[in-house]
Amino acid sequence: MNFQEITELVVPQFPDLAIETDTKNPQPALVVPVQQVAVICQFLYEDERLYFDHLACITSIDNGPAAATMELIYNLTSIPYQVDLTLKTIFPRNPEGAPLPVAPTVSHIWRTADWHEREAFDLMGIHFEGHPDLRRILLPEDWDGHPLRRDFVVQDRYHGIYVRYEDGNSAPLSTDADRI
Amino acid sequence: MVIFAAIGAAIAGNICTNVFFPKKSMSERAKTGDGGIILTNAEDLMNWARLSSLWPMGFGLACCAIEMMATYASNYDLERFGIMPRPSPRQSDVMIVAGTVTFKMADRIRRLYEQMPEPRYVISMGSCSNCGGPYWEHGYHVVKGVDRIIPVDVYVPGCPPRPEALIGGFMKLQEKIRNKNIPAPALFLEMEAGQTSVKQTVDVEKEADQTVTV
Repeated sequence: MNFQEITELVVPQFPDLAIETDTKNPQPALVVPVQQVAVICQFLYEDERLYFDHLACITSIDNGPAAATMELIYNLTSIPYQVDLTLKTIFPRNPEGAPLPVAPTVSHIWRTADWHEREAFDLMGIHFEGHPDLRRILLPEDWDGHPLRRDFVVQDRYHGIYVRYEDGNSAPLSTDADRI
Repeated sequence: MVIFAAIGAAIAGNICTNVFFPKKSMSERAKTGDGGIILTNAEDLMNWARLSSLWPMGFGLACCAIEMMATYASNYDLERFGIMPRPSPRQSDVMIVAGTVTFKMADRIRRLYEQMPEPRYVISMGSCSNCGGPYWEHGYHVVKGVDRIIPVDVYVPGCPPRPEALIGGFMKLQEKIRNKNIPAPALFLEMEAGQTSVKQTVDVEKEADQTVTV
């Protein structure tokens, strides 16, 4: 089964959705609206002709404040049919001060999405609606901001330690009150 | 403070001489050090004891830890220096910070360092813990040198350093210990200085007791 055949199976299932195909690159992708990601994934997972039972990766991309968009890319594999599919969704980025952009969770379909989504939330600041436990996964809980965003500004200090190399070690070692 | 020290060692030396080596004349023994008496001072003896059994904390953070483990293993055999890893900071003399120190880890490292008994030493192993290494500019998550959170005695450069370099770091640390006289703990010195005043207060209390009994 090739990409064309997968498209012909998926698109008629959702006649009222604007599902596009991106075949410019060697890895073709199905571009879907962000609100319907979970519904489409459910179909891809359940349909007997496709049976995408393995979610290999969720990638998140920040296109920056100028483009004002973010992307999520889902790499799916159907182990019995030996077929891969790339699912892509592009959605607006939140302006400064606004709540985080929202995407539906797919963690109820693939358990592995649980930690992938937590990572995307932690580092890129995407909120996953319906996620059972959306906490930071890599950074400490009291971290400020989402560091893989294009406009992330590194904090001055963390627990009294200067973060930037240039700031040096001028702070007194153990007398800071804001240290744990 | 010169003392006759290591009488046990002297006895052991004599036994060794008698059992394993043929009898030597007195002058020969004096030359070889088999005479059975060692003259030293307490500071040197203490320093020798300290530098001959440096127990590091079994503790690795990143790829440097792989080289550290290789140094412990049979090819490089740190045990021949009396160096063997301990599973608790409370049994350790030296902490090898082997790898990238993240901000999430920084609080834990400081806590572990504070749990080690004095005198305690720190070897910073590899570029990451020396100065942030490859993360010095864009590493939002990396402490730019472990010396920003705990004092460091020896820096071992490399990315990661080879086992020989780590052994070199240990030998530098041994040199540092050998050439340093550690004063008594600050609390002990304070007590010693305040001993007269403590006596006086005790006397005053005794007098008070006497007045009460009278």
